[in-house]
Amino acid sequence: MTSLCANDLAIPGRLAATDLGVASGELVALVGPNGGGKTSLLRAIARVEQASGQVSIDGENIDRLSEARRARLLAFLPASRDAAWPISARDVIALGLGSRDRQRIDELVQLFELTRLADRPVDRLSTGERTRVLLARALASSPRLLLLDEPFSNLEPYWVLRLLEILRGLADRGPMVLVALHDLGKLDRFDRALLIAEGRVQQDGVPATLIAAPQFEDIFRLRATPGGWTIRR
Amino acid sequence: MKILIAFVIVILAAAHLLLPLAPLAEARALDPGLAQLLLVELRLPRTLLVLGYGATLGISGAALQALFANPLASPDISGASSGAALGAVLGGYWLGLTQPMALAACGAAGALVAMALLVTFAGRHAGTATLLLAGLAISLAAGAATSLALALAPSPFAFYDAFDWLMGSVVDRSLPQALAALVPAALACLLLVRRARALDLLALGEDVAASLGHRPRRLGLEVILLSAIAVGACVAVAGAIGFVGLVAPVLARRITRGHPGQAMIPAGLIGAILLTLADLFVRAIALDRPLPIGVVTALFGTPIFLHLVVRMRRGVAA
Repeated sequence: MTSLCANDLAIPGRLAATDLGVASGELVALVGPNGGGKTSLLRAIARVEQASGQVSIDGENIDRLSEARRARLLAFLPASRDAAWPISARDVIALGLGSRDRQRIDELVQLFELTRLADRPVDRLSTGERTRVLLARALASSPRLLLLDEPFSNLEPYWVLRLLEILRGLADRGPMVLVALHDLGKLDRFDRALLIAEGRVQQDGVPATLIAAPQFEDIFRLRATPGGWTIRR
Repeated sequence: MKILIAFVIVILAAAHLLLPLAPLAEARALDPGLAQLLLVELRLPRTLLVLGYGATLGISGAALQALFANPLASPDISGASSGAALGAVLGGYWLGLTQPMALAACGAAGALVAMALLVTFAGRHAGTATLLLAGLAISLAAGAATSLALALAPSPFAFYDAFDWLMGSVVDRSLPQALAALVPAALACLLLVRRARALDLLALGEDVAASLGHRPRRLGLEVILLSAIAVGACVAVAGAIGFVGLVAPVLARRITRGHPGQAMIPAGLIGAILLTLADLFVRAIALDRPLPIGVVTALFGTPIFLHLVVRMRRGVAA
């Protein structure tokens, strides 16, 4: 059942008018060259100010909702992990919740193994540690739709695999997860992949089929060889 | 903590209003009405001004720091105070305005122009160095333009008149003058404080705030407009007072565990305390003529400012 309906999403100069539907429980990868529009698509769904079009989740138009209701429907992790203020990790997670729900915060601290870091200010954490805190913040309100921009960058190998596991477990319980990423080796862990280039969705399908398409190699300027991807000359 | 701060404010306000007691007692001995006149006409505007101006500096400083994601942004560093002073001088000495409200509007307009220039030059995502340099350039230019406007003013006494006011002074202001500063400032501060949650979320990035239904660009314009109105109105009446708007939010964020938006209310309370203390200090030291309060805040504020700069540099190095 289609749960996310996005129509006519566009950001001038970045993303051409795009329609997208995502079913409940789908784990979707967004891949494509740098500057192709992966981030723009995520931002447009997250409703940044410049984005036009409509987004509805479970039939509710996002733009008309209160902050609390929106938080239950979607959460966005931007690619930037900057932290300007010395707010503790626990407090950052709490910012993702309308009210301070200690039990939920503790759950997330456990899930992302943040016990040791929970009371340290986030601007003093390493980028990878901060990524985990910001992921916990995004998950805090148990949103129906998660938009994650390069969540694997800066994570150590253990956390890359663990995050894939967490996201899969989450999607199996119903939420939709959209992930922009660069590592093509992870595509087989996703239900569906979108190939985004030149500001539009070029291909949309099962990862294995997508990779096999000639257009995929054209856009990435790569060639699949038995030993892995090589540069196409 | 909140109760403690509120208690301190009440005590300080009472002390500011009533001390020194001797003149009040003397007036009372002559005529109870005279004592009341002294209290309401002379003391009350000054007490209201230090409390209100201090709170305005704290709140708008905290709002600007949250907006620029920079602990050094503040009404003085951003050039808003200098712009407001220029606006008020132009209004008072060149347009011949005398109505306190009209002068407050000129101050707000001047502050707004300065902030608009800052955003144009430095951008809203400027690094600390860019922000400080752009703010410094605007402050210097506005300061020079203010001197020029006074030097060439039709009134030959303009410079002499304006000296105390330029340095920041709350002495001998009337109740209508105090209200001209404080009514617009209070309204603007009230609207700023309502944006606390949005400014806290801005700490997670503009896109996160937007994803939760806030509008960061509009929020930015609102914060700039509201702080310009609040600071501009106060500067027009009591001159540019530095450092309180810088220091109060820094202290306030220790209470709010780093949250920049929530820090606005405590910053307002701390600002009120700091400025009241500064004015009590002004009255405590006996000189032939009162020391401008802006001189006192600058004397005490500079070391704190330097301490902040050093700490930031260490933070970057770590």
